[in-house]
Amino acid sequence: MTSAAKTEVDTLVVGGGPAGMWAALSAAECGMRVAVADDNPEMGGQVWRAELAKTAPEVAGLIQKLREAGVQLLAGTQVVDQVAPGVLLAEGDGGASYLGFGKLILATGAREQFLPFPGWTLPRVIGAGGLQALVKSGLPVRGKRLVLAGTGPLLLAVAAYLRAHGAEIAMICEQASRSALASFGAALLRQPEKLLQALSLRKALTGIPLALNCWVVAAHGTVAVEGIDIWHEGKVKRIACEYLACGFHLVPNTELATLLGCRLVNGYVEVDEFQRTSRPGIFCAGEPTGIGGLELSVVEGKVAGLAAAGREKAARKFFRRRRMLGAFARAMDRTFALRPELKNLVEAETIVCRCEDVSYAQLEREVSWRMAKLMTRCGMGPCQGRICGPVTKFLLGWSPDSVRPPLFPVTVGTLAHSFSGCNVDDNQER
Amino acid sequence: MPMPEQIEITVNGTPVRVPVGTTAAVAILISNIFCRTSVRGEPRGPLCGMGICFECRAEIDGIAHRRSCQILCAAGMKISTDLRQDV
Ligand SMILES: Cc1cc2nc3c(=O)[nH]c(=O)nc-3n(C[C@H](O)[C@H](O)[C@H](O)COP(=O)(O)OP(=O)(O)OC[C@H]3O[C@@H](n4cnc5c(N)ncnc54)[C@H](O)[C@@H]3O)c2cc1C
Ligand code: FES
Repeated sequence: MTSAAKTEVDTLVVGGGPAGMWAALSAAECGMRVAVADDNPEMGGQVWRAELAKTAPEVAGLIQKLREAGVQLLAGTQVVDQVAPGVLLAEGDGGASYLGFGKLILATGAREQFLPFPGWTLPRVIGAGGLQALVKSGLPVRGKRLVLAGTGPLLLAVAAYLRAHGAEIAMICEQASRSALASFGAALLRQPEKLLQALSLRKALTGIPLALNCWVVAAHGTVAVEGIDIWHEGKVKRIACEYLACGFHLVPNTELATLLGCRLVNGYVEVDEFQRTSRPGIFCAGEPTGIGGLELSVVEGKVAGLAAAGREKAARKFFRRRRMLGAFARAMDRTFALRPELKNLVEAETIVCRCEDVSYAQLEREVSWRMAKLMTRCGMGPCQGRICGPVTKFLLGWSPDSVRPPLFPVTVGTLAHSFSGCNVDDNQER
Repeated sequence: MPMPEQIEITVNGTPVRVPVGTTAAVAILISNIFCRTSVRGEPRGPLCGMGICFECRAEIDGIAHRRSCQILCAAGMKISTDLRQDV
């Protein structure tokens, strides 16, 4: 086994999105030695991806400030395991590395929720945020005809982005009902800054058909998607498209928190007013504590960073804003809750676990996630249940069992470090 | 606006020119082929675009099963997918 590099800091932040970057800056400005590990090639997280970081002065400025504050930015570094208390194992281009810390801030963000329907495995049926990420990394969509289907404000943000890049948006299908959206509109009116965002989005989307109470029931195509069927106002309608972008809201990335033994409540990491988890010295900020969007992630990051540095008083200054943004996030959750009809889109032969090609019929016979894993290999492929886990939770009410390291498939070299640990004898229970 | 610098790579042996900053997944998509063949033999392409689903796996510079959405194209890179069928 080759020896692994070691980083040693007062505060380690996992996740370089808005929550993680602000947590790091806040802690560093209090004099802490800080490092941020993120698995992407560049810092920024989901909203502030590469393209934006280079162009948006706000993000570039933040990265500059982090550098000036002496924060180590460990991009391309994926945390995969805890090898001893206070030491995480990461894998990157340079191989395995150990990350030692006093305090730990988990800012691991969220991913998209997917739902299966006949044809969802066809190439060019892509996540809404996924398609946006691909366009940001060079995919031309000029003149391409696409449909967005699913739920939540992300669909609209992505539609505006794709249109600005020349795509022809045939339709946006939003599953939420008109009445749900009306009460959300009322919540918007209480938040001037969110309202402004909504209004500018509306302007960017002028002329694009937006159907409410509407969802995709099937995708068709021989080798890639060529058209979809949507359900709208009691009828099925066929629409031709070259891409279907789907997004059914977000799922928090709680795997690392679970591995570290932090308590989860209703699928989210439980935190107190200082963003402290149930594990001493471990904080959590951003989407894993509840899906709240950019602004809430930033505020939670600031509180976590200050609290990790022992500056409780300074952290309190952000409580009011956090409360306000939190109320908005809960209104959003209610508005865009998935309607039960979406559970009926799967057919017996529809693939649910894409890694192992396990169909719905195979899963229906099982009683739990654990049994399904044993009997059908559902969730045993390389994504380790990150796509099909939230799907079976929605369709069958299953909750995933414990998380096992490594959190992501790793090379044999890294696995060896994972087994041997830094100091295996004081390895804590998992 | 200045044109971004172009680099040449190959996808299943065919030369493709892409701007610097393009990921391997995008190079595969613009070549009109898919990334991998599933356990039951279905064609698959990128789903999450962010390194989570592993649907964009392809062989890159001789290393199999790499998540092409997380890898930037570099001059001379060789990308091979499971199947050579057109999308
Ligand atoms: C695809 C997508 C697109 C979105 N677009 C928008 C938008 O346009 N506007 C908006 O307001 N909100 C958007 N959101 C919502 C978004 O979640 C929040 O607004 C914001 O990005 C949350 O910030 P965060 O710091 O909590 O998490 P993220 O920004 O998600 O950052 C978390 C980071 O942690 C990394 N990470 C996770 N686990 C590990 C690990 N084990 N090791 C190393 N790194 C790890 C992730 O790769 C990621 O870079 C989007 C979400 C998604 C999933
Ligand atoms: S598209 Fe999901 S991992 Fe690359």
